[in-house]
Order: sequence, then C-alpha cells, then structure tokens
Amino acid sequence: MSHTLAEKILQAHTDEQIIGAGQIVNCRLSLVLANDITAPLAVKSFKAMGAKGVFDRDKVALVCDHFTPNKDIASAEQVKVVREFAREMGVTHYYEGGNVGVEHALLPELGLIGPGDVIIGADSHTCTYGGLGAFATGMGSTDIAAGMALGENWFKVPPTIRVTITGQLPEYIGGKDLILALIGKIGVSGALYRALEFDGPVIDALSMEGRMTMANMAIEAGGKAGLFPVDDKTLAYCKAAGRRGDKKIAADSGATYERHVTIDVTGMAPQVACPHLPENVRPVDELGDIRIDQAVIGSCTNGRIEDMRAAAAVLKGRKAAPGVRLIILPATPKIWRQAMEEGLFEIFLDAGAVVGPPTCGPCLGGHMGILAGGERCISTTNRNFRGRMGSLDSEVYLSNPAVAAASAVAGVITNPAKL
Amino acid sequence: MLVNGKAHKVGAHIDTDAIIPARFLVTTDAKILGENCMEGLEPGWVKRVHKNDIIVADENFGCGSSREHAPIAILGAGIPVVVAKSFARIFYRNGFNMGLVLLEVGDDIDKLRDGDSFEVDTHAGHIKNLTTGEAVTCAKVPPFMQELLEAGGLVPYVKKRLAARKK
Repeated sequence: MSHTLAEKILQAHTDEQIIGAGQIVNCRLSLVLANDITAPLAVKSFKAMGAKGVFDRDKVALVCDHFTPNKDIASAEQVKVVREFAREMGVTHYYEGGNVGVEHALLPELGLIGPGDVIIGADSHTCTYGGLGAFATGMGSTDIAAGMALGENWFKVPPTIRVTITGQLPEYIGGKDLILALIGKIGVSGALYRALEFDGPVIDALSMEGRMTMANMAIEAGGKAGLFPVDDKTLAYCKAAGRRGDKKIAADSGATYERHVTIDVTGMAPQVACPHLPENVRPVDELGDIRIDQAVIGSCTNGRIEDMRAAAAVLKGRKAAPGVRLIILPATPKIWRQAMEEGLFEIFLDAGAVVGPPTCGPCLGGHMGILAGGERCISTTNRNFRGRMGSLDSEVYLSNPAVAAASAVAGVITNPAKL
Repeated sequence: MLVNGKAHKVGAHIDTDAIIPARFLVTTDAKILGENCMEGLEPGWVKRVHKNDIIVADENFGCGSSREHAPIAILGAGIPVVVAKSFARIFYRNGFNMGLVLLEVGDDIDKLRDGDSFEVDTHAGHIKNLTTGEAVTCAKVPPFMQELLEAGGLVPYVKKRLAARKK
C-alpha cells in the first residue's frame, strides 16, 4: 500500500504491517534524548522500572541545555543527577559545559540525526528533526525512560496533513514566517495528533536551517511530527555532519492525506505571532506601533548560523534603540565560533547587544532575559504563552531574526524592509 | 475508581507553562509541584482546590511542552481527574503514564459548569453532574492504553517486559 512519509518511516522500524492512521505499533528507536529538566524525572522512572542499563549507550543523548550554565542550586542538583546517570550508564552522548548547545540545534550538527530515523525526546521540540526527514516526536520523561530501557516504544500512526508551499519567496521571509503563516491558518490545535508533511517549490529551495525551523514549530500547531522529504540538500547536510550512507526518502504517490493545505508566499510580509498564542499571527506591517523592552535572538527555532547572519545583516552599522535589551544566543558552540570568525559578534556588540552562551535560557523563562510585569519582548523563539518568559503581565511576540533585529533598532516592532 | 468532587473550570489551550511554570521545574517532588499547580494561570489558584476535586477544561488542554511535571503537579494538588473537550497529544500520554485520569467529552463539556459537584466513574468513563443531575459519557480509551492502565501505568508495564526479556 502507499505510505505517507510518517507511515513509511515508522514501517521501517516495526515488524507489524502499517495499514493506516490510528493503528498502534511498536517501533525500534534510533535515538532517545532528554535534557536537564526532563532527564531527572526519566532517571527516577528508569530506576523504578528496575532497568539496569540503557538499551544502547550510543543511542541515548542527554543534553543539559535548559537552565545551564546552572542558574541556581536546585538546577545544579538536577544536572548532577543527569551527569551521574550518564556516567553510571556509560552514555556516549552527554553534553554539558563547553560542548553543550541547544539540543535540537546541537544533535543534527553532530551527525546524530539521520533521515528515516525514529527519535523520541523528552522535549516537545524534538519534532525539529523532521527537517532532516526523521520521524521525531516529543514525549514525557517516563516514555523516555521506557525508550532508554527497551530501545522501543509505541506509536499511534498519525493521519497526515500535506502542506504545499508555492510562489516566490520575498526578501526577509524564511522558514519562521512560513510556519507562523501555517499556524495562523490552521490554529494551535489544527494539527492535533497529526503529522505535517511539507512539499512544494519553496520547500525544495529552502535551506536546512529553514526546514528545521519549520519542523520545530509543528508542535505549536499540536502536531506530532513535521516532516520534510529527504533530498540532495539533506544528504549534503548529513555528509557535512560526518554521516555516511543516508538515502533519499519521499512519500509514496497515492498516499492518503487527511487534508491538503496550500500557502502561496508571493508578496508575503514577515509574520509575527502576537500574545498569547502562536496562532495569533499577523503580517508585521499591520501591527501598528508596538513598543518593545527586549529582543531575543536564539533558541532551537532560530539560533542557527543562518539566523545569526540574518540578524547581523540588519544590525550592521546600527544600534539597538535606547532602553531595548538585545540578547543574542547562538545555539551551539560551533555556531558561536562560526559567528565569531565571520565577524558577526563585532556587529552585535557595536549594536549594543549582549551575546550569551548557548542555552534555552529566556525562551522558557528560565534565565538570561526574564521579563518584568508590563514588559514586552520580541523573540525568535517558539512560544508566546502568557508568562512564558517571566511575569504573567509581560508579553511575547514571535518573529524571524531579521524582524527581531529591526525591532531592536527601531524600539517598536518593525519590518526590516522599512528600517 | 469512583471520584466525588467539585469542578474547577478553565478555558481553552491551557498550556503546560500555565499548569506549572518553568521556574518550578527545578524539582521532581510531587508535593512541591502540586503546591504550585496552575500558578501560571492565576497565582494562588491551587488554594481553592480540595482533595478529589476535578479540572474541567475546554479544547487542547496541556498544549506546549513535554514536561511530565504538569500531570505530576495536578496529581500533587490532589486532583485525580481532568475532563476536557480535547487534550494536547504529549500531555495525554503523560497523564496516562502518571496515573492521572483524562476524560475527553467533546462538546458535552458545556454541560459541566464551574463549581458543580460530580461523581466520576473513571473506569466506565461516566460523569454524573450531582448539581444538575445530567450525565455525560466520554470517548472510550484505546484498548492498548486500557491495558497500560490495568498494568498500573507505564512503569510497571516496562518492569514486566524487562523481566520477561531476562527469561
């Protein structure tokens, strides 16, 4: 039978015959991951299960990226639990300190993610790896403990929504705008329990960074996975990350889709998600004068080198407006070094930015950029729920890096084309 | 299990940052998490809750992060059941794994009002509104998940499978 991308990947990891959506199948796992917030609970469950060892020490990744560098004693104690567990189990891929990056930027860069993989992570943005054609989804800590112990877990085969992106991509528009436009169109529960599968000429032309940005926010539409076909571009990325033997994957012609959504990007303005839901999306030019106190550029959504370059292109020769805190967090040590070597930090520092270490930090209101009551932030992150970055009386607007940079300069949310 | 309690109604798209904000995620202790349940929705929300009360929510309850701390916080607050129009995917799975009973009732959610008293038969999926006398029956749990529940949750289920592998 004809399979969607999701069905095709799951089928390769199970002995059961996949006949369609709704079926529950057990799948062998390519990688299981957790972070400094979710791993301590997973360790607790793992021990309660009576597990003595992880299924494969090379297929577990523990990334301490959320509250690190440890923000307080309690978070330091949590990282200690993860560190000791990693040591006890002989986990190969443990990251903390100088080798840590934001997990969903770090693991693909290290070559740990491959096309056709089935990956579960105790982090909802695990779906990022769909950008490389991996079926990757977020689960809770106990499901991750089960995965670490058994090397498999159960999946309900999701129905798939096919999303085709057509038209001419305007300047300053990237993966972030495309995914925000989609979430604006279908809503935060528009893809609930479903997989998204992207295609079309704009997707073919989109960079790997842009694809990962889009896949990353599939969860913001309620999605289980956001999948991209594996093409030459994917294979080149995987090869550069040190992988060998990966192959192209595409959905079968004649696969069954629940729904087909088409978005034409011709003439599209940068998209901004207004408080307090990612579906409150409007073109930047329709917002009026929205004054900001802070701009954050970074995260698993938009902390990659292409994002740093986009921000630098806008900030070059300009300064953040008085009273605006501009915080830039390159997502991994490699991106950090690359940005430094390309001279981007000079541009950032001249613009009055704070350049911080790779960390999830402010995105989830952890640290390094918490908002006070009445404050407003434009951010390249993925969630603008009430209180997400601090006070319940603060506001978060989501945008691409060029818009966040232009807004920092203008002091109000601004289209970079109009700066 | 039969649960008797009062309903605390919340809106649509209640995210996990509302259920338990990230600043509380520096512990895995159910009691501390419970004391801060819904602190991101309304400070002090949990003070109105009595043991065995239930949360009644609109669509997409538990959207956002994968933090298992969310169902743990709800259980830690003494709430054994959440009834919703619909649930977000990761939260739904986490709830089952943690032993929090999640009942999906669709549009019948409008029959459940804030402050009403309920009797919930968690096994049969029957909800009786003791204040109005109305009854609501919810969507059946998939057989595989029912099996998980009967095993006592995911932890004992995996424990059993690990033991079987050794043999």
